[in-house]
Amino acid sequence: MKAISAALGVCASLLAVSVLLAQSRNSNKPSVDAAPKYDPAIIYAELQKAPEKARNRANPLQNDPDAVAAGAILFEQHCAECHGNSAEGSRKAPSLRVPEVQSAPSGALFWLLTNGVVRKGMPVWSKLPEPQRWQLVRYVKSLGVPTPAAESPTAKP
Amino acid sequence: MLTVCRRILLAAFCLLLLSVCPAPPALAQESPYFVAYDHYLEEPGNLEIEYFSTFGTQRGGNDFHAFWAEFEYGATAWWTTELYLDGQTTFDDSTIFTGLRWENRFRVLKREHFINPVFYVEYENKSGADKILKEGEGHDVESDFLVSNAETGREHIHEIELKLILSSTFKGWNFTENTLAAKNLSNSPWEFGYALGASRPLALKASPKRCTLCPQNFVAGAEMYGGLGDRHSFGLHDTSHYLAPVLAWNLPSGWTLRISPGFGLNNNSHRFLMRWGVSREINGFGSMVSRLFGGRK
Repeated sequence: MKAISAALGVCASLLAVSVLLAQSRNSNKPSVDAAPKYDPAIIYAELQKAPEKARNRANPLQNDPDAVAAGAILFEQHCAECHGNSAEGSRKAPSLRVPEVQSAPSGALFWLLTNGVVRKGMPVWSKLPEPQRWQLVRYVKSLGVPTPAAESPTAKP
Repeated sequence: MLTVCRRILLAAFCLLLLSVCPAPPALAQESPYFVAYDHYLEEPGNLEIEYFSTFGTQRGGNDFHAFWAEFEYGATAWWTTELYLDGQTTFDDSTIFTGLRWENRFRVLKREHFINPVFYVEYENKSGADKILKEGEGHDVESDFLVSNAETGREHIHEIELKLILSSTFKGWNFTENTLAAKNLSNSPWEFGYALGASRPLALKASPKRCTLCPQNFVAGAEMYGGLGDRHSFGLHDTSHYLAPVLAWNLPSGWTLRISPGFGLNNNSHRFLMRWGVSREINGFGSMVSRLFGGRK
């Protein structure tokens, strides 16, 4: 009984700590809805850190007709939670439909996906096998940058 | 009857928590290991709730069924924290709660390398009746489990466990090596152990269609683990060792099922261990908790 009480105590403490952490993180920032937790420029700058050899890697699935469809499913399963359902970005992670990403070489995107940006919150995704990471890169590159006309309805509150 | 009820209650509690949680599930890409760890941590803000069982045979005594619940939370992309609640049933004896563990794993390097180190530190507050065999350490042998629950349940153990996890992923294969050092805080010597693992998804490319039985959803492999003695008598003598094939099935609904039949490799080991587990990863648990208490969407 003593051990069960201790276990419940630890659970309650962990919950309290996580709530307090979440609250303090929120209270340190201006209360603007959907204000991102990150500086997009810093995240996009990570793409520039890809080594030359990695940047020059060609996507081996560039001509695979199934790659975009498979990548879309993978994106929904692993990436949409943070980057948004259409990769438009969210409070947790930046948009992938911006020129910085869309004009980046496939090799650089693959490198970033493999290595993550661990200190800025993006985990490493090397646990997805290489072909799946290339499928994701194909999908992300297929999204393109939204045109201003298509962007305006969602841009308005 | 009471003991069976307790076991059923723990399993029912975990399954209820797993199934009623309103947060969206994530497709877990979980490793199949039960004992070994690879270098992949929980995604930040996600909570994984897991229930595991180990059935073990016991020569000269009663077989047992040990079970534990895990609550694994991705605090950041480089830190995962985890709480375990353990129990066991020894047949023709009793069912008891055997303690709790608080585990933390820290990713050391910022980027992916050929070998990726992860530092692991765990505090255990358990009784001597603990039988989950989550690691092999020191001179733990099968005959330790012959003592009745009434007697071992009275022994309280406070232990610190450290691990260095070295893991590599190459052409879809994961290879991992864990070195363990554990110290019972009541003036016992440091004990050592190891775990090795190798696994690979059955297919490396994802299917363009949504599917439950696609080969990429299955990860198969094997793990081997055992003790390496203690500070006074380091080595393989009077230690137990196991080899276990492992299989994980990552369902698109966010559930993961794991199974692993394990085989003792020497006379100090249990002849057979049957492990299985079910888990579910919940996306955005941290944000959900924050919103409950007035945080922003």
